[in-house]
Amino acid sequence: MWDYSEKVQEHFFNPRNAGAVADANATGDVGSLSCGDALRLTLKVDPQSEVILDAGFQTFGCGSAIASSSALTEIIKGMTLNEALEVTNQDIADYLDGLPAEKMHCSVMGREALQAAIANYRGEEWKDDHEEGALVCKCFAVDAVLIENTIRSNGLSTVEEVANYTKAGGGCSACHEGVEAILSRVLAEQGKAFDPYAKAPEAASPEGGRKLGNLERIRRIERSIEAIRPNLQRDHGDVELIDIDGKNVYVNMTGACVGCQMASTTLDGIQQRIVEDLGEFVRVLPAKAMRKSA
Amino acid sequence: MTTPPDTQGIYLDNNATTMVAPEVVEAMLPFFTEQFGNASSIHAYGNRVGHAIKQARQQVQALLGAAQDSEIVFTSCGTESDSTAILSALKAQPERKEIITTVVEHPAILALCQHLETEGYKVHYLPVDGKGRLDIQQYMDLLSDRVAIVSVMWANNESGTLFPVQEMAELAKSAGVLFHTDAVQAVGKLPIDLKDTAIDMLSLSGHKLHAPKGIGVLYLRRNTRFRPLLRGGHQERGRRAGTENSASIVGLGKACEMAMEHMDDEKTTVRAMRDRLERGILAAVPNCFVTGDPTNRLPNTSNIAFEYIEGEAILLLLNKLGIAASSGSACTSGSLEPSHVMRAMGIPFTAAHGTTRFSLSRYNRMEEIDRVIEAVPPIVAKLRKLSPYWSDTGPVSDPAAAFAPAYA
Repeated sequence: MWDYSEKVQEHFFNPRNAGAVADANATGDVGSLSCGDALRLTLKVDPQSEVILDAGFQTFGCGSAIASSSALTEIIKGMTLNEALEVTNQDIADYLDGLPAEKMHCSVMGREALQAAIANYRGEEWKDDHEEGALVCKCFAVDAVLIENTIRSNGLSTVEEVANYTKAGGGCSACHEGVEAILSRVLAEQGKAFDPYAKAPEAASPEGGRKLGNLERIRRIERSIEAIRPNLQRDHGDVELIDIDGKNVYVNMTGACVGCQMASTTLDGIQQRIVEDLGEFVRVLPAKAMRKSA
Repeated sequence: MTTPPDTQGIYLDNNATTMVAPEVVEAMLPFFTEQFGNASSIHAYGNRVGHAIKQARQQVQALLGAAQDSEIVFTSCGTESDSTAILSALKAQPERKEIITTVVEHPAILALCQHLETEGYKVHYLPVDGKGRLDIQQYMDLLSDRVAIVSVMWANNESGTLFPVQEMAELAKSAGVLFHTDAVQAVGKLPIDLKDTAIDMLSLSGHKLHAPKGIGVLYLRRNTRFRPLLRGGHQERGRRAGTENSASIVGLGKACEMAMEHMDDEKTTVRAMRDRLERGILAAVPNCFVTGDPTNRLPNTSNIAFEYIEGEAILLLLNKLGIAASSGSACTSGSLEPSHVMRAMGIPFTAAHGTTRFSLSRYNRMEEIDRVIEAVPPIVAKLRKLSPYWSDTGPVSDPAAAFAPAYA
């Protein structure tokens, strides 16, 4: 049985705004029937102010899909369309006190239904950017197409690199066999053989293998964190860089991030951003972890 | 029969696992305390355990109708038995590189076969029709001296549909091909008499018949060429090394003895409860249907597809009422894909995700069944009210056109 929060259960057992809005002027239909989750979002938008006066959902899906749909309608009612477009899937998950990792796609579906409905209202065509691949890493919901594309575009050759770039295999490691199979296939196409004992290249960076000087490296990490801060500040949180010790980057989460149960997910996001910018693997840790080890 | 522990819940998920019978627990307990000896030891401690294992072997032999008690090899689970059977056939006949199985097998077989394909073996997956039935002619055409083993389940875990394994084993035998059946769902629910069949190997799992988890059996017909999966000791005549799980073996023996005693209950009381449940639900709920082959299936299993709603949501609402069942929906498995069994039968996605399996045991009571018949219709109605495929009175006309989400 899934580990659903009280809030998810509450929204599942007593969904808000279920059913279609009678005089709706915006509709968004998204989802995948093969995956068993699909959602129709209907909105009543005030044409003058673009305020969402009413929202309703009809969902074919599991407990967390229904709860995510319910949460979405509660969040966006009263918002203007532009405000609503700022709602992220993380906002939906946070509203529900989190979703199990394998169920995060339910919140993604909610955000996409919203985008589709707004596009429908504005007479635009909405396109999803869905990868249609078999799920390989169940911990971080990474599919085969994403892994394959990342291997190709970054010239990856080891399981460790794949984990650093896509997170696939960074959790329980049960999918390492599957990741190795993809690596073997892609490398074979390039006339190379997969070597399971190969070390990840020191810097598989866009710089073409040049190692960054210390100062340049620190500046880049600072720039990455600066780039992330506006996102956190929007949710009344913030982050500051405390220290860099080899592969460990210590940060302080402040404001609304303190005590937020999504803080570790946020740290993962910061880490991924820095890893991408830096082209090398680093671990982002809360500053209190530094004091512990010192 | 001892009544089960008094719980408020109604457990209708016996194809997933079963309650350990109280008599089985009682039989096992001494083997955790005073009967702790190693059956291999020469002293009295070991000797008594050795005798108990011998008795258990005969109890399993009796349930399976095996000609010899030495044909019973204790393993750790059904999955180990399945792997042992298939890998043994490949190792013992290295010149044979093909396997015949079906698309609806348990992952214990399918995942192994898919892995073996990456090692150069050719696997033939027999398809099924809309009721989950095989085409025997197609099977006969595949039998050849290139095939190392046929592995076909006796009863499907999801739909309960039975395969004609005895007939298929005869055909394999006449073609000189080994035949294995994964019978974890069939043993204890159907009378089985292996000595009158051509089945060479059979897997059973203790926890499906009121024995504990962590004990299984591979039936290995005498004189079948065999290569062990685990080497190391002389246990199980060298066919499965490792100190015997004596308490669980004794428990499985007792469970097999009880299954023999209650075999008639399966086709009388258990079947009567299942049929009443199914009729009651079909009568009260519109737009639902039984999956698999209702005329040829396990007496304890009913798999009902509720159209236009999703199985996990059904299970969560049932669970709130203390009713335990299972589903072929993607979300309940964590695999994010609906049941391969339902897909193989061509059940549309809008119904496959709503399949709900009720699997009974002799420990269920008719009063429980009546409570479930009452509970199901409002749950289905509640979820359909949320469904984009449902209007106030029934499914929307032309559902596929009325709701066609992006990236479907």
